[in-house]
Amino acid sequence: MSGNDTSHASGHLHLRPESKEPYAPDVLEQLRTDAAEVIARYPQKRSALLPLLHLVQSVDGYVTGRGVSLCAELLDLTEAEVSGVATFYTQFKRHPNGEYTVGVCTNTLCAIMGGDQIFDTVAEHLGIGHDETTADGKITLERVECNAACDYAPVVMTNWEFFDNQTPESTVQLVDDLRAGKEVRPTRGPDRVCTFKQVSRVLAGFHDGLADQGPGAGPASLLGLRIAKDNGWTAPAGESDSTAAPTDGTEGSK
Amino acid sequence: MTDTLTPILTKFWDAPQSWTLATYEQHDGYRALRKALDMAPADVLGAVKDSSIRGRGGAGFPTGMKWSFMSPPDGGPRYLVVNADESEPGTCKDIPLMMANPHALIEGVIISSYAIGCEHAFIYLRGEVVHVYRRLLRAVEEARAAGYLGDNVGGKGVKVNITVHAGAGAYICGEETALLDSLEGRRGQPRLKPPFPGAAGLYARPTSVNNVESIASVPGIILEGPDWFKGMGTEKSTGFGIFSLSGHVANPGQFEAPLGITMRELIELAGGMRQGHKLKFWTPGGSSTPIFTEEHLDVPLDFDSVAAAGSMLGTRALQVFDETVSVVRAVSRWTDFYAHESCGKCTPCREGTWWLRQIMNRIENGQGTQDDIDKLVDICDNILGRSFCALGDAATSPITSAVKYFREEFEAGMHTPAHVLFPPEKSVLFDVQTKETSGMVTA
Ligand SMILES: Cc1cc2nc3c(=O)[nH]c(=O)nc-3n(C[C@H](O)[C@H](O)[C@H](O)COP(=O)(O)O)c2cc1C
Ligand code: SF4
Ligand code: FES
Repeated sequence: MSGNDTSHASGHLHLRPESKEPYAPDVLEQLRTDAAEVIARYPQKRSALLPLLHLVQSVDGYVTGRGVSLCAELLDLTEAEVSGVATFYTQFKRHPNGEYTVGVCTNTLCAIMGGDQIFDTVAEHLGIGHDETTADGKITLERVECNAACDYAPVVMTNWEFFDNQTPESTVQLVDDLRAGKEVRPTRGPDRVCTFKQVSRVLAGFHDGLADQGPGAGPASLLGLRIAKDNGWTAPAGESDSTAAPTDGTEGSK
Repeated sequence: MTDTLTPILTKFWDAPQSWTLATYEQHDGYRALRKALDMAPADVLGAVKDSSIRGRGGAGFPTGMKWSFMSPPDGGPRYLVVNADESEPGTCKDIPLMMANPHALIEGVIISSYAIGCEHAFIYLRGEVVHVYRRLLRAVEEARAAGYLGDNVGGKGVKVNITVHAGAGAYICGEETALLDSLEGRRGQPRLKPPFPGAAGLYARPTSVNNVESIASVPGIILEGPDWFKGMGTEKSTGFGIFSLSGHVANPGQFEAPLGITMRELIELAGGMRQGHKLKFWTPGGSSTPIFTEEHLDVPLDFDSVAAAGSMLGTRALQVFDETVSVVRAVSRWTDFYAHESCGKCTPCREGTWWLRQIMNRIENGQGTQDDIDKLVDICDNILGRSFCALGDAATSPITSAVKYFREEFEAGMHTPAHVLFPPEKSVLFDVQTKETSGMVTA
């Protein structure tokens, strides 16, 4: 397990000494260039803090001491202010994250539909619990809250991509494949799951060009539409239907 | 008479590459923007007001009225912030909408910005949905390249830019003032109101925070007219909405229908309850809205009828549970959620949710004490109406409503664990191999 000894929820960021080692010059230069782009998106620079923390994670795999220092310097904040923000949000990691975060939704609906069984099975299979990482550094297992995919319950998120309608077996297969280095395809997402660092870079607002991959919608999202089509149900006609040009005044549809 | 389902936002979700600008334009995309730009901003706002659309993010406040309550222009910046945090348990409409049809939101943002005089709009997306973020980033790129965004929108000299911002995991950031703090790079904790965001919101400037679905509905209102919109739904809950069915129905999914459809109709569309089971309880608008039972199947799902029946329409997050489910287990898990997500700013919620969680867990484990139910209700009483924001109130909804309808299950929690009364494997959606744990030798 990679360093979970310091992970307990005391509300502080426990910074391991090596996490304060300076960035290599080329890495730092790239970070500064990227950060300038992030900061430019906002009228006030402090708004860039969340994306910058995602950016730090895209390089370091978690929120490091040096990352905190850099954010503080760039945004004119104290390190305490940056840490205070970093510890508030669950996606910001306080210790090195695995290459893949496997998050099993165990909020009520998914839990009851099978999420609890999935979590227990996978935890036993991997020999780790919530917020712990396998010794090979591949997988961090998490319980996650409702991920807005309840119509696909039980749901598993891998690096924040959707794996819909999961079972204990499918999820064990998923983690085995990830550990074996096989390409894994989400149900609704790009053709393959990216690494934690790659995805963190997207969350910092740097598009990776994969938007056009994957489906627009899954079957549950389309259910109502399909039924409407089968029955010939549509929304009523509106102004845009009544001939071409917008008429002034004498419309019959009042 | 309107049809039972009215696909509007969902209309072409099944098109190949439904998310691209090309697909959107094949389906009337950006026609509403062109029409809006030929109108005065006040008339665009007037049309939204006339439609009587009420916010789709939960509270149901009229969108046009919210906009008109913003402080008048003083030459300084004004902001539109789209709430795309969608984290209320059971809610799953905005995320599929932005994944399949992001341009509906982008066009809505541009028109709404024009109406309220905003030149820089923000979309605050929860961080746990990367592919949706990609789709939004791409949609903004495409819209900019097509001249729908930038310093000269549609060639009319109008300026609108959009920043799509990813959060980092915190339910409370869906609360509009916590969202603003988060967007300003702080811990996401609610602000004292007043001042309301309309007076002092983002960077202390006049701001409107609106839900994804509210804003995505604006192009339709402009293109087809307020009367078209009012032709659907009920008198006081006009228009359509996406209803999300999840859980123990045969076919969970999304249904776009006029407000006022009933749960009985929706469950039927979803193929009924899963084979061989019957309905026990359901949420009308997510875990924060008091639960309903079979007796509420015919309540019209509009804001006022649901409120009159003792709950809230919320986000139309219809989570369905059948007779195999322990209401105590369900509520206990939701209570864990609220305790975990309480931001800690105010005492009733921070301490109260912690106590509720202790008691709910004990009842779930069959270790409740004689006065635990009274204590639960009493703590809920002390949180409700005394918390700094609506999260505290929300934490009490599942508990008080479940005690009201299923008190005997809480009483049973004084001696029998929920998993004995309601074996969890009966509720799951896959076949469970009941395996003997290897360490346990049965004689
Ligand atoms: C704890 C909490 C979470 C919320 N989460 C959301 C959310 O994820 N999305 C949303 O639109 N509104 C959410 N709201 C409601 C917002 O505060 C606000 O009312 C809404 O965004 C206004 O948009 P509307 O007028 O278009 O409905 C939440 C409120 C609370 C108290
Ligand atoms: S009610 Fe809860 S979430 Fe809201 S401010 Fe108080 S502690 Fe924070
Ligand atoms: S409860 Fe799991 S995605 Fe909503």
